[in-house]
Amino acid sequence: MRIEILRRDRGSDVCYLQVFEYTPEDERETIASMLDHLNGQEELKDIEGNSARKITYKKSCLQKKCGACAMLANGRPALACASKLCDLEEPIRLEPFKKFPVVEDLCVDRSIMKENLRQMKAWFEDEALVSEKRNAVSYESSRCLQCGCCLEVCPNFMIGSSFFGMAGAMPFSRILNEMNKEELKEARKTYNTRVFEGCGKSLSCRDVCPAKIKIGDMLVNSNAIAVWKRYIKD
Amino acid sequence: MVNITGSGLAGLSAAITLARKGIHSNIISVQEAQRAQSIMAEGGINAALNTMGENDDVFKHYEDTLKGGAYLADPNAVEGLAKQAPQIVNELLKLGVPFEMEGKKIIQRNFGGQKNKRTAYVKSSTGKMLMSALIDEARKYEVRGLIKVYDHHKAAEVVIEDGTCKGLIMKDQYTNQFYKLEGPVILASGGLGGFFQGYTTGSSDNTGELSADCFMKGVKMANLEMIQYHPTTIDIIGKRMLVSEAARGEGGRFMTYKDGKEYYFMEEMYPKEKNLVTRDVASRAVTKILNDKECDGNVYLDMRHLDKKVFERKLSDMREEVLDYQGIDIAKQPFKISPGIHYFMGGFYVNEKHETNIENLYAAGECACQYHGANRLGGNSLLGAIYGGKKAAENFTEDLSGKCIELTDQEDADVSPLFSRQLTQILLSGLGIIRNEETIKEAIVKLDELDHDLNPKEHTKLILGKAMLRSALERKESRGAHYREDCPETLEEFHKTTVAAYDKDIDIRFEDIPERRSA
Repeated sequence: MRIEILRRDRGSDVCYLQVFEYTPEDERETIASMLDHLNGQEELKDIEGNSARKITYKKSCLQKKCGACAMLANGRPALACASKLCDLEEPIRLEPFKKFPVVEDLCVDRSIMKENLRQMKAWFEDEALVSEKRNAVSYESSRCLQCGCCLEVCPNFMIGSSFFGMAGAMPFSRILNEMNKEELKEARKTYNTRVFEGCGKSLSCRDVCPAKIKIGDMLVNSNAIAVWKRYIKD
Repeated sequence: MVNITGSGLAGLSAAITLARKGIHSNIISVQEAQRAQSIMAEGGINAALNTMGENDDVFKHYEDTLKGGAYLADPNAVEGLAKQAPQIVNELLKLGVPFEMEGKKIIQRNFGGQKNKRTAYVKSSTGKMLMSALIDEARKYEVRGLIKVYDHHKAAEVVIEDGTCKGLIMKDQYTNQFYKLEGPVILASGGLGGFFQGYTTGSSDNTGELSADCFMKGVKMANLEMIQYHPTTIDIIGKRMLVSEAARGEGGRFMTYKDGKEYYFMEEMYPKEKNLVTRDVASRAVTKILNDKECDGNVYLDMRHLDKKVFERKLSDMREEVLDYQGIDIAKQPFKISPGIHYFMGGFYVNEKHETNIENLYAAGECACQYHGANRLGGNSLLGAIYGGKKAAENFTEDLSGKCIELTDQEDADVSPLFSRQLTQILLSGLGIIRNEETIKEAIVKLDELDHDLNPKEHTKLILGKAMLRSALERKESRGAHYREDCPETLEEFHKTTVAAYDKDIDIRFEDIPERRSA
């Protein structure tokens, strides 16, 4: 298998494409297992036999639950641990996300997502309201991995823009869903500026979300609370 | 400034507890909290809320935990844990965790080794749900300046001078710059999964390197031989994937084929608890069946008989996961499982207050040895992490000052993948589900042979690995997760804590377990 990786050395502005040859051990192999196999060799060599630096990428759970290993696989945002090699067209091209600053190779700095949630004040001052009725939305929105796939494909999101994208909107859906009436006043405004007004409703995020979060349903619920001021009664 | 290594449940719990008292803390974490192993916890959190009309109470929770752990845990610590559990779950509710409910009542499920339905849950994604809520709560204090999070920073080592912890050294993984953070340290860096790379259900970030560094510097560790093999895991590429104990809790049955017929062996072997035996017992039984020539060489979980609603409401995530990785619909077909390494009951030797033997150094969560004895009950890890983090934080009553100093001549070595693989294979050979003196001794010899041309980091890991083997060797009995086929009995003389210490050489001794204070 021909694997092309867009690489960048730490502290450098220059990207370069490096090509590796790889033979999967079995059909279940993913991008993550391939990268680990390549990095696990005593000496990593590219397709021409030149010695190569180990490939930097982030990982943690390796079973689609943590969002660490998000990257572009053949141009599409995906989790490396969820992308089977046999499902991808050759040559397989791996690139870091383009909307975030690159740290090294496939590792990008996604701290903007945290910064945006801080700005949104995504927390409760008072007790959250939990009930059987509210739980489905809270569960679904709490599943967000903060991987950034949605932001990468979003036509409206840029670092620095007033629109925070679905990586902001999903955790905030839980906040809106469980917040008491008093606190909601400010949160509604926040949602309007940071989500509602900026979202072009292309919903390309929905197609790439590795957790398959029902983004549309979450937006409907948040819009009802924040824009149409429908208050959930338990 | 209190320095906390790790942003999993124990770390966040400690930081939030401190922040609520106005005490500043630093969280040092290799990645964002969303990547912490805590998010992978599935089945639930135990608390005697007594919502299911079964007359459950705190004492039963206490008893089940001690018994499940083969009486190796500190009874006073366990009592504190069981007593606080209902309050902890209620606090989580106030933070908005969407526990399974009927109206406003929390629903609880059965779990292994428990007399009553005591496990509160959110489908089989409980860890993720708890983490999402605690991350939001911690954010509040972050914005107020009470918590400072150093993401993408690795806590490389602790600084111990004259028996006192003076801080830690961390490395910014983005710039390779080292810093020293002054002040006390709460270790919350997770279990020792990195000693069994590729063979655990956990996160690849839990390297165990910080634990190894601490051990070499004189921090004592306890019950290192107590490694939990979870009976229901699936072999996926590069790791084991957990199938939550909720599968059994909701009625799943262990099965194999004997003479071509379905054979529900656990129900025959354990007619009382049936499929809800504790994990140590279940893993041994599954191993036995896997090696039984009269059976088909596989063990399955059979959930076909469960009500449709259970899959829709309580196990939808698990159903999707197994379908994804095995191509099997658990509602229609039994699926193959086998035991895999899941949890380390052993870790830093701490007292009830979560103090280590080093002043100003505390430990909580899976990196510490507390509450779970020789075998942890499902649903007690999330609880133990939150409670342990709280207890460690309660040692602080005033806000301390502490600087962050840039270091210039610090060096760091990487553990090579080859060494990691070798260490893993050796430890697996000595610390399997069924052990004996011979295989443990062989593993120790192999480790000694490996101990040359290693960099300091690798050597440190090797030493802690050897301490695990030595602990298993010295405990000449079978108890909980530690099963010795050459000494299958549980012996009163080993009703003690195995304590490993390092001072030029590894020292293993058995210390008394504290007596229970109140009856």
